[in-house]
Amino acid sequence: MTLLIVVFTLWAGKFRKSTATGQFVPGRFQMMGEISLNFVRKSIAHEQLGEKDGDRFLPLLTTIFFIVLGMNITGIIPGLNIAGTSVIGLPMLLAGVAYVTFIYAGVKRHGMKFFKNSLFPAGVPKAFYALVTPIEFLSTFILRPVTLALRLMMNMIAGHLLLVLCFTATHYFFLYSDGFFKIFGVGTFTFGFVFTLFEILVAFLQAYVFTLLTTVYIQLSLADEH
Amino acid sequence: MQIIQVAADVAVQTSQVVGNLGVLGYGLAAIGPGIGVGLVVSKTIESIARQPELAARLQVTMWLGIAFTEALALIGLATPFIFAV
Repeated sequence: MTLLIVVFTLWAGKFRKSTATGQFVPGRFQMMGEISLNFVRKSIAHEQLGEKDGDRFLPLLTTIFFIVLGMNITGIIPGLNIAGTSVIGLPMLLAGVAYVTFIYAGVKRHGMKFFKNSLFPAGVPKAFYALVTPIEFLSTFILRPVTLALRLMMNMIAGHLLLVLCFTATHYFFLYSDGFFKIFGVGTFTFGFVFTLFEILVAFLQAYVFTLLTTVYIQLSLADEH
Repeated sequence: MQIIQVAADVAVQTSQVVGNLGVLGYGLAAIGPGIGVGLVVSKTIESIARQPELAARLQVTMWLGIAFTEALALIGLATPFIFAV
């Protein structure tokens, strides 16, 4: 966490200095900062929500993306080895924030009819409401935040367990096994290396999926009924 | 006679299945999402082959589909910890 803050402060300071001096040809730090920020802005927020609403929710979405990405990456840093998002607190917090945001977006756009529209969808024959409404309630107001939090946390825990398995096996094979089995240590060490690269991919992917799902939930809340 | 007794003991003792039920539960839970993710991605590949100009939009929808389908497998991974004795 401290390491992350240090790295981020250095990078953000460089980024801000370059935007302050306003050179027309962007330097490398500015380019990297712009690419990262534009990634969330263009390909997640603007694509799903449109320009106006996308810019309205952009600070939240960017924050969520970079928090998740940063705390996922700490699971690979050799000294730390534990991802901040692999304990339940942070995913629960972020899922709660996303939950409050999409309900806020819906209530602000539609007023209290938001709850009626989401629990009693249009175009369903009256008799089926007894079946549809509990399912809609469960899926929209309970399962969405729960699965957001669980998905993020379990991805990080599973990755951590795999890495622990690989490196413990390497440790055992190199130190505690007799003669011939030491060769397996090389294999498990390679596995550990490959899985670390895979974990980088999963870290980025889970950050992307979390932000994308939050955006989609906001978009579903803002959507006008036909 | 004694060998038969020992063999019978071994047979009785090894006739029960021991191990972690959570691991078995996760294995069963991973069947459905495995097939599901395969379906999602295969349909995306087909659609991109039909209409390459929609590739970016289809890819975004694919990631959404994978996230939803994999959620169940991950809940299956979490359930042994929830119901731990």
